[in-house]
Amino acid sequence: MTSHATTAPAGHAHHDDRSFLAKYVFSTDHKIIGIQFLFLSLFFLLVGGVLAMQMRWQLGFPNQPMPGGGILPETWATDGVLLPEYYIQLVTMHGTFMVFFAIMPLLVGVYANFLIPLKIGTHDMAFPRINMASFWVAFLAGAVMLSSMFVPEGPSRAGWTMYAPLSARADLSGVLLGQQLWCVAIILLGLSSILGSLNYITTVINNRAPGMTWFRLPLSVWSLFITAILGLLALPVLSGAGIMLLFDQTLGTHFFDTTAGGQALLWQHLFWFFGHPEVYILILPAMGMVSDIIANGSRKPIFGYHSMVFAIVGIGFLSWIVWGHHMFMSGMNPTLGSTFMVTTMIIAVPSAIKVFNWLGTMWEGNLHFHVPMLNAVGFVAMFVIGGLSGVFMAATPVDMPIHDTYFIVAHIHYVLFGGSLFALFGAITYWYPKMFGRMMNERWGKIHFWLTMLFFNLVFFPMHNLGMGGHMRRIYDPTVYNFLDPMQGVNRFISLSAFALFVVQGIFAVNFVWSLFRGKKADANPWRDNGLEWSLPNPAPHGNWERVPSVYRGPYEFSHPQASEDFLPQHVKLPGDQEPASAKGAAR
Amino acid sequence: MDWWLPLKGSTFAGPIDGLFLAILIITGIAFVVVEAGVLWFSVRYRHREGRKARHVHGSTKAEVVWTAVPAVTVVALGIVSNQHWERIKGRESVPADAYPIAIHAEQFEWNVTYPGPDGELGNGDDFTVRNQLHVPVGRNVLLVLTAEDVIHSFWVPVFRLKQDAVPGMTIRAWVQPTVAGEYELACAELCGMGHYKMRARVFVHPQPDFETWMQQQILEGAQS
Amino acid sequence: MTHATMDMMHPPVPAEPGVQAYNLKLGMWVFLASEVMFFTGLIGSYVVLRFGVTEWARPGVVLNIPITALNTFLLICSSVSMVKAYAAIADGDQKGLRLWFLLTILGGAAFVGVQVYEYLHLVHIGFVPSGVREGSELAERVAGGAAPAATMGLYGSTFYTMTGFHGFHVTCGVVSMIYLYIRKVLPGKYTQQDYRGVEVVGLYWHFVDLVWIILFTIVYLI
Ligand code: HEA
Ligand code: HEA
Ligand code: CUA
Ligand SMILES: [Cu+2]
Repeated sequence: MTSHATTAPAGHAHHDDRSFLAKYVFSTDHKIIGIQFLFLSLFFLLVGGVLAMQMRWQLGFPNQPMPGGGILPETWATDGVLLPEYYIQLVTMHGTFMVFFAIMPLLVGVYANFLIPLKIGTHDMAFPRINMASFWVAFLAGAVMLSSMFVPEGPSRAGWTMYAPLSARADLSGVLLGQQLWCVAIILLGLSSILGSLNYITTVINNRAPGMTWFRLPLSVWSLFITAILGLLALPVLSGAGIMLLFDQTLGTHFFDTTAGGQALLWQHLFWFFGHPEVYILILPAMGMVSDIIANGSRKPIFGYHSMVFAIVGIGFLSWIVWGHHMFMSGMNPTLGSTFMVTTMIIAVPSAIKVFNWLGTMWEGNLHFHVPMLNAVGFVAMFVIGGLSGVFMAATPVDMPIHDTYFIVAHIHYVLFGGSLFALFGAITYWYPKMFGRMMNERWGKIHFWLTMLFFNLVFFPMHNLGMGGHMRRIYDPTVYNFLDPMQGVNRFISLSAFALFVVQGIFAVNFVWSLFRGKKADANPWRDNGLEWSLPNPAPHGNWERVPSVYRGPYEFSHPQASEDFLPQHVKLPGDQEPASAKGAAR
Repeated sequence: MDWWLPLKGSTFAGPIDGLFLAILIITGIAFVVVEAGVLWFSVRYRHREGRKARHVHGSTKAEVVWTAVPAVTVVALGIVSNQHWERIKGRESVPADAYPIAIHAEQFEWNVTYPGPDGELGNGDDFTVRNQLHVPVGRNVLLVLTAEDVIHSFWVPVFRLKQDAVPGMTIRAWVQPTVAGEYELACAELCGMGHYKMRARVFVHPQPDFETWMQQQILEGAQS
Repeated sequence: MTHATMDMMHPPVPAEPGVQAYNLKLGMWVFLASEVMFFTGLIGSYVVLRFGVTEWARPGVVLNIPITALNTFLLICSSVSMVKAYAAIADGDQKGLRLWFLLTILGGAAFVGVQVYEYLHLVHIGFVPSGVREGSELAERVAGGAAPAATMGLYGSTFYTMTGFHGFHVTCGVVSMIYLYIRKVLPGKYTQQDYRGVEVVGLYWHFVDLVWIILFTIVYLI
């Protein structure tokens, strides 16, 4: 393979003589920062999972002492039986950690940082120091959020959506300090994402390698780019709302205080104006990376590259005008509801384009089911379920019975776990060799995939039926209601499956950690892929390339008739290709 | 069936369940198409010695089809849904003859105020019952929802009716119960640690029984 | 311009003719976009809240318009002097840069000073973020019907939040300009070929100025 002909990887020439601290802790190298985000967010994923297990115990076995519950402090559980306050705090922190500190940093913090410079062919982010700041601010935010679990009254009790006035009034929720810490942490997280986003956007616009034109960008970069724009514009609104909430609790302002002319729905509008773009922040990067992996696994160009790009842009745009679909039952003007219903429904169209293009990519391909491919295909299969359940909720009359029931909870998890997290299991395995120079274990990867697929559906599919039966969310003890009694069996079944699901994740955890030290050494291009990152040795050196490569084609030229092998890297020059005009500029 | 939709207890239930099923069928088809495609391609095109993938970049025809079909479907769905929505929740949809009941939600109970003999709220003869909603069957009922402290949500599964009660707002919702019996009213919006037990009993009486209950209440009110 | 300056004032490796803004400038534009959303959130909430209620304190009853008008003028002047500083270095005039840049800093600092004074005064007469302090001078005037008691709480909340965060932005601007002045301007690090710092901090400064003009109009005058 002639991959090194046109590109001299950095690091060989000048050996890297930075101190350990500068290299791994306060590093400005986008790859190290990505890895730092990886460890941070996996930790929070684990925390979120542990909280979920406690919720599931209470829901499956209400008012029975939880095994090991004895160690919980009196304010959380009395001799092992969880308290209602604590249950709400579990739900709140589970949602908060999973959305803001697990999936979001996993997708954006890790892969926007690690992939963008490598895939567009540049030495680092446009502003490496700001990039480092973005990580450490996120770290601080995580620390603050975690610490709120251990202050006297414990963390917030208002759900991850923090609806005011409950969240604004300590006398009504019973929590002050924990609630304030939630606001502080979220404001910090917003700052971190903005710093990150402006880096990603500038880098993609300005620092692409010669010949890496917009329509030669991998879809992963496209989706991360649009995601960065969403984050840049959505998070300041959340920060603003968080500041008002913090002031209401701290300075006695009245933004959400309905007794003094404040408005309860103001919070919901601000939160969801941020919140819906946020949920696409949580799926677009997953879609992008899945596109890369499916093309690779099918050994076939991505089907309909341009429409895929337009679909990403379309979803990104539509995400700004659908937020009201979270507020159909909130007392918002019903006519407004109708408008939001239509815009929401329309999002099904670009999503459809993506789903069917993935199928089109597999069609007449030569499918290699390596672990990333398995998870990517699993993503398609599961995301569709979550997406389609979204259509029920989008239809305002149907949303009336299922709003705030487990039908929503099922939707959340099909898109976020079945979608984002499956994509992440794939992405982590796929770029692991470029990060750490070793492969994750193939067999255990496959076992983990199949068991996760099984238990995931056993846990979350029945939740649709609970929701249809009217089972409310965020309730501590379903047995209080007669009409929920017949469903308790289902609840118990879900809980047992959930414990299994959690245990199965142990396989991934062990595989991940074990492979760091014992995994088999990977060669430079283990998946035989076309992306520029694979032209570098493992792990990619500081500064990536001495001389950035020139790009001659798009990233998906698999099974190209003129190529000797079934893939054709972007930087490999075929006789026919001519140098990109600006190539000489690259000589720096 | 415990794992399907609850009893149809109001005039809303029919159309809403119908729409639910319609969407279930539409999405069901989409679901089958996609999953079948995933499975079939996974088996049919999995790697075999000497297989070479087809080098194609797409097909405009196919893409137009699978853009247009969902587009048409969802727009149609939106139009149909909207008609029901306007009839159920539209600001003007409340029938003029509806029997008014005021519901004031607070942590963590439902204060239900009945109009008393004159059938109108806000005159001296109103009386309030805690955590009990009594309504006549087959008659339009207007629910005037308010909240004391935080957001709560009025949710009676058999009516398929859900509506938040928001502090600082007065929200009108209506329903016509169709099946007499005793049901449950649940709070569907997280409102604090007692959210899970913010429960009220719902009695749908045949018209005569409703009258007699009303009389009793008025007498008791007179005594106390 | 020479190739060397091309490198400094233009994108390092143009993959194709795209935006011809160097990283720092593009980055600032992108950052300002998020700032726009932040203030849109605050101002939007103010509008929703204010028009959600029937009555609102009339202009000038609580706030001292003349002083703030003067302050506004001051900030606009500092924007002008920023333009002058930019123009100066653009044709290599180091003395001009030092002068006008310093004036910009002073203008910004003065603005913050006046705002701090305004806050102290308002708190003194009893106007606080939560509304009107019990038994204060303002409390009596409100009792006397000078302003609607019911919405003074919202008035305080929105006023202090919006102007406060703007003041915070101005302060950040002043601090970073002082830093640049000492590290770059005085040593003459900016040249006719490369004066990116001046241009970028200028962008930020004009933005902060613009936001203030909007705030002054909707908070003080309407
Ligand atoms: C990754 C995150 C993610 C994603 C991608 C989505 C995607 C969608 N979501 Fe979801 N949503 C959430 C995360 C997400 N959501 C969360 C976390 C909540 C709960 C918040 C809370 O209250 O806690 C929520 C809540 C939520 C609600 C509010 C429900 C309620 O509270 O009452 C609604 C209502 O419309 C909704 C709709 C949709 C729709 C229409 C899509 C669409 O984008 C889906 C589009 C995809 C498809 C439709 C499938 C593919 C298409 C085809 C196969 C073509 C054929 C299809 C047709 C012809 C219809 N979502
Ligand atoms: C990405 C987001 C995400 C994920 C992955 C999950 C995962 C899970 N969730 Fe959660 N959930 C939400 C997002 C998520 N959830 C949100 C937003 C809400 C709404 C909150 C609210 O209402 O306010 C919610 C609410 C919610 C409820 C409703 C509570 C209620 O309304 O009363 C329930 C109930 O069963 C539940 C259960 C679970 C379970 C059993 C899992 C299981 O899948 C968990 C399995 C365990 C793991 C996934 C962790 C495994 C760890 C690793 C793989 C890391 C490996 C470590 C190293 C390598 C070091 N979740
Ligand atoms: Cu009231 Cu929940
Ligand atoms: Cu949404």
